[in-house]
Amino acid sequence: MPDLPIYLDNAATTKCDPRVVEAMLPYFTDVYGNAGSRNHAFGWAAEAGLDKAREQSAAIIGATPKEILFTSGATEGNNLAIKGAAYMHAKKPAGETGRGHIITALHEHKAVLDPCKRLQKEGFDVTYLEPGADGLITADMVKDAMREDTILVTIMWANNELGTINEIPQIGALCHERNAIFHTDGTQWVGKMPTDVVRDNIDLLTWSGHKIYGPKGVGALYVRRRRPRVRLTAQIEGGGQERGYRSGTHNISGIVGFGKACELCMQEMDDERERLLALRNKLETGLSKNLEHVQVNGHAEKRLPNIANISFGFVEGEGLMMAIKDIAVSSGSACTSASLEPSYVLKALGVGDDLAHSSLRMSMGRFTKEEEIDFAIEKITWAVNHLRELSPLYDMHLEGIDINSIEWQSH
Amino acid sequence: MAYSKELIEHYENPRNVGTFGKGNEVKERKDVGVGVVGAPECGDVMQLQILVDEATGKITDAKFKTFGCGSAIASSSLATEMVKGKSLDEAAQIKNTDLVEALSLPPVKIHCSVLAEDALRTAINDYRKKNGIEVEDHAHSH
Repeated sequence: MPDLPIYLDNAATTKCDPRVVEAMLPYFTDVYGNAGSRNHAFGWAAEAGLDKAREQSAAIIGATPKEILFTSGATEGNNLAIKGAAYMHAKKPAGETGRGHIITALHEHKAVLDPCKRLQKEGFDVTYLEPGADGLITADMVKDAMREDTILVTIMWANNELGTINEIPQIGALCHERNAIFHTDGTQWVGKMPTDVVRDNIDLLTWSGHKIYGPKGVGALYVRRRRPRVRLTAQIEGGGQERGYRSGTHNISGIVGFGKACELCMQEMDDERERLLALRNKLETGLSKNLEHVQVNGHAEKRLPNIANISFGFVEGEGLMMAIKDIAVSSGSACTSASLEPSYVLKALGVGDDLAHSSLRMSMGRFTKEEEIDFAIEKITWAVNHLRELSPLYDMHLEGIDINSIEWQSH
Repeated sequence: MAYSKELIEHYENPRNVGTFGKGNEVKERKDVGVGVVGAPECGDVMQLQILVDEATGKITDAKFKTFGCGSAIASSSLATEMVKGKSLDEAAQIKNTDLVEALSLPPVKIHCSVLAEDALRTAINDYRKKNGIEVEDHAHSH
């Protein structure tokens, strides 16, 4: 019997690795200088920590240290990349329309979608690509949406709800052919999967500390310096830190932790990937074997090794989460929000609203043990069977009634 | 969000789960009133059935089945408890606010109690229609 509760929500955030915390600690009390203080030992010591973290961060994505900007996390990184690139490359000044075309996808994270929506209001045109039923965005989809005035393409590397992996290197190559800037939100990808920004044709790459066993409140943005040299319009102005792209005193302890987290992921990634994939396969096959009407959402193979998004027919996701309260997961059912709208990501894939309401996202991580997966399979199987006994939809299904044929009295 | 003890108790030990027969059977039964409300797309479907004693006009038993979140399940479970032993008129007096209060439903879950009230009224009206009793108009707009 594993210790309870069990954490299967590593796509939301991860536990900070104790080795990361250890690396950070001196930077609170001993090395507390401002890295911008160039004239005394306190500042130099902080700067040394900063430089090391920049090297560690660059190494995990195959970049050079000068190409790394430290941010407060992926939300800030995405805002800076998208707005910064759009403003820098705008074809017309503020206040006019037709300022340039941007391509993104319907099931991107809100930290990408909302900056795109703002740019739309400010005179840019935005195309939101519809993924296939497998959740993927392909280079062909991007190609078909490209226009003469396309200035920026922003497509996430791996989706946060599904784990599906988009055709990033191919989309990057296409962008370089057409002279469009290519940004990818690598929040779920970096740290788990091998990354080489040069080989993979990335211009701008965002990632975050707290998804890779680092601290919250710190992340990085890669900005390519050669072929092409990418320039951005700063979004936070002030002291000119981070080459003027991101002002503000460095969060030195956070950045040191971020660097350490990158280093650890780089060292352990290959073994970890195998281990996580085995756990995910075990979870998915276990539940599919035990239960009928189970649907694994997203592409069968082109998926991260640690995310399983599964719909359990005739059972509502939030009710299911309550029945497995010893296991922390996420649900595609947004029953807690006032809107009653299920996951827009599953909706974008064409998963019916009923199955979207019935979905759980389970995400494994560095600290997930096999016995926890065994427990989860058992508990979820029990809970789904229990809730199906309570479900009028399951009765209707057993009686041979197609629930989609009923005229529901919706609210 | 933390749920109340009462809510969790009803969710974990739901009362009166079940039906008085399959869909087609209860449709024919004059002593059973059925209410099915909500929609799968909205993440909630409640089915409430009442068994009425023709002689006394009282609800002798009630059953529910619910597809929905914990609050929806608890609301319908509690509703079945509350109607037992009541006349149709008395049962029709039960308001969603009674459920909100008893289960301490948080604001985002008020709609679960509204749905349970609707299911109950629909079941009462179904019984009345089947037995030629005038159906009281209830103005419950959403």
